[in-house]
Amino acid sequence: MHSHFRPGPLPLAMQLTPEGRLKHLLTTEGLPASLIHEIMDRAEQFVTLPAKQQKKAPLLRGKTVMNLFFENSTRTRVTFETAAQRLGADVANLDIRTSSASKGESLLDTVRNLEAMNADIFVVRHEHAGTAQFIARYSAPHVSVLNAGDGRHAHPTQALLDMFTIRQRKGEFAPLRVAIVGDVMHSRVARSQIHALSILGTGEIRVIAPRTLVPTGLERMGVRVFHELDAGLKDVDVVIMLRLQRERMEGALLPSESEFFKLYGLKPENLERTRPDAIVMHPGPINRGVEIDTEVADGPRSVILTQVTNGIAVRMAVMAMVMGAQAGGVA
Amino acid sequence: MSVVIRNARVLDPATGRDEVTSVVIGDGRIRSVGAPEAPAPDARLIEAGGLWLFPGLIDLATWLREPGLDHKATLATETRAAAASGITTLCHQPEPDVSIDSSAQVNLIHDIADSLGKANVRVVGNMTRRLRGQQLTNMGSLRRAGCVGVTNGWQPFADLYYMRRAMEYAATHDLTVFVYPLEHALAAEGVAHEGEVASRLGLPAIPAVAETVAVAQTLALLELTGARVHFCRLSAAGSVRLIRQARQEGLLVTADVAAHQLFLTEKDLMDFNSLCHVMPPLRSEADRQALLEGLQDNTIDAICSDHQPHEIDAKMAPLQQTAPGISALETLLPLSMRLVQDGVLDELTLLGKLTWQPAHIIRSEAGRIAVEAPADLVLYDPEVLWELSFQGMLSKGRNTPFAGWSFHGQVRQTFLSGLCVHPDERREPE
Repeated sequence: MHSHFRPGPLPLAMQLTPEGRLKHLLTTEGLPASLIHEIMDRAEQFVTLPAKQQKKAPLLRGKTVMNLFFENSTRTRVTFETAAQRLGADVANLDIRTSSASKGESLLDTVRNLEAMNADIFVVRHEHAGTAQFIARYSAPHVSVLNAGDGRHAHPTQALLDMFTIRQRKGEFAPLRVAIVGDVMHSRVARSQIHALSILGTGEIRVIAPRTLVPTGLERMGVRVFHELDAGLKDVDVVIMLRLQRERMEGALLPSESEFFKLYGLKPENLERTRPDAIVMHPGPINRGVEIDTEVADGPRSVILTQVTNGIAVRMAVMAMVMGAQAGGVA
Repeated sequence: MSVVIRNARVLDPATGRDEVTSVVIGDGRIRSVGAPEAPAPDARLIEAGGLWLFPGLIDLATWLREPGLDHKATLATETRAAAASGITTLCHQPEPDVSIDSSAQVNLIHDIADSLGKANVRVVGNMTRRLRGQQLTNMGSLRRAGCVGVTNGWQPFADLYYMRRAMEYAATHDLTVFVYPLEHALAAEGVAHEGEVASRLGLPAIPAVAETVAVAQTLALLELTGARVHFCRLSAAGSVRLIRQARQEGLLVTADVAAHQLFLTEKDLMDFNSLCHVMPPLRSEADRQALLEGLQDNTIDAICSDHQPHEIDAKMAPLQQTAPGISALETLLPLSMRLVQDGVLDELTLLGKLTWQPAHIIRSEAGRIAVEAPADLVLYDPEVLWELSFQGMLSKGRNTPFAGWSFHGQVRQTFLSGLCVHPDERREPE
């Protein structure tokens, strides 16, 4: 055991094979731009392919995907499940809702047991940062780990489907101004988006939030921080709204939902500040009237439902890639 | 029987002595230093040319876990590791599961340590019952049982009223108060320094001001209560600045730092390395530099190990679920010596922070090479190159982030009251 008991490689180094292929997907930080584009290219193939045809070429036939959800999330789990099923994999869902206080089987023992059931892919969601990486480090060599959200750290498939959606609508990243609005402090989605946007060479990445929701030293991740919505939205091409959890009011991070909506909620009049062709995104589930106005959420600029569709394609692409399935098999 | 250690480079930081000479020990004490007198005919001669001889180390903070958390470590395992590491006096810290509320517990620890005979174990007692921060312990009895001070550890006081009264009562009994400066409301559930790395990794964070605010409050209470305060485990530049100022104003306060804080920073958490999960958290490079300056201008009196041995399962989990702390007895001297090799401190200044200065804080007569001082000594080979490995560790806890680090210089022999406790004379050679 002690031979394992030492500092590990950085997550960004762990997720690639020595040949530079995707082995795990733990974070968008440090992914090569070419690899992100490859994931998006493969997702593109899945989006354009009719569902029937996908089922004719099940790239993951005979593989077992296990959804390990230590934190409840029906939506994310279902998209991974659907993606796996469309690729012909067997899917097992494990809702392991344990609080860290309740002592039972250790995380490592859980993982070892599931490995023994011949899992090929673990999809992991956990309330604590670094869990997906921890599992990847101690899993058998044939297993791939996909991070479906670890604490406030990362949610790479969400960020990649967002990048894919932006690329579909806007093409190049270099000329774009992208604003991320809301609770960045607690958002693993925002962190993964910032890394991905930065790797793809986005012209300008902005974050718009009150000081209480901006983590210390965020500027050093290559973003410009704004505290006023209209100033931050000026001339942006993409607006990404983040979900606001109600418990933020209890921690004295915000006074009220109504003040937040007034100052940071995306309303039709705020959209006048953006470029005329700007798109509005949201990782869901949305809180209407808290971070986004219904008229905007359902309006012509909103690509929120496209994101959901793309989510399945991106997760199919990532699963196919970590299992080494060749793109040629699809066509 | 007496022992004569000849031709060692004798380093006594208390007096500034640094010369190649001989030291004679007998009946557990140092009998002469550099005296030309002929040794007794039955004296044992140790030829120590090329070696350094300095006082045994005094470690202000070790979490020895016994009694109460014996699955992590015991006095037997840890004092043996201490002896092999040149540490002859260990200060035993209370914690919620290793409560030192009564003189009986102090006596028990003393008795076990004495029967093991590997190191002096001095006890820091609880300041409040079960460290709950309200009801005072029988500090008068703790004092008479031999406690070198009292502390509430990392546990908070119910509020400042209780802290004030506990400090006043400790002062009544002339007990040094070991303060772990942390404003718990600001630290919340944090596990990492609030800065770039925690922001990037999404880890709950502890701002540096959680410490400096507590230092400032304690300094104010110190003036009110007249307590003698020792600040434990500084980590933030702001704390060093406040204590420097307080000293310039004439306040009698002392402070220590853990050796690992001088070598690691928040960046060492970048791979979610649970071995670098410590309290206080590893901070920024600027904080690390401020700690080094604090050592140089003597704002920080002592370097300690902050030894916290853990069983492997306590560290084999996602970072937020792991227990903080490093098994650090075996790296205290090697890391500290690096400060000399890196040109931060000279040998005597460095050794002072490991010997007479901590001795002064716990009012021990050890920590010096002087006639009639206890013969707690380390014979050290400055030339050996070695690498720390998990397998080679003697502590029951092997939770160190320093495995694989190379060190220059190693303990050759450790004497406790004149007896060689490492390598152990009472054992057959292996």
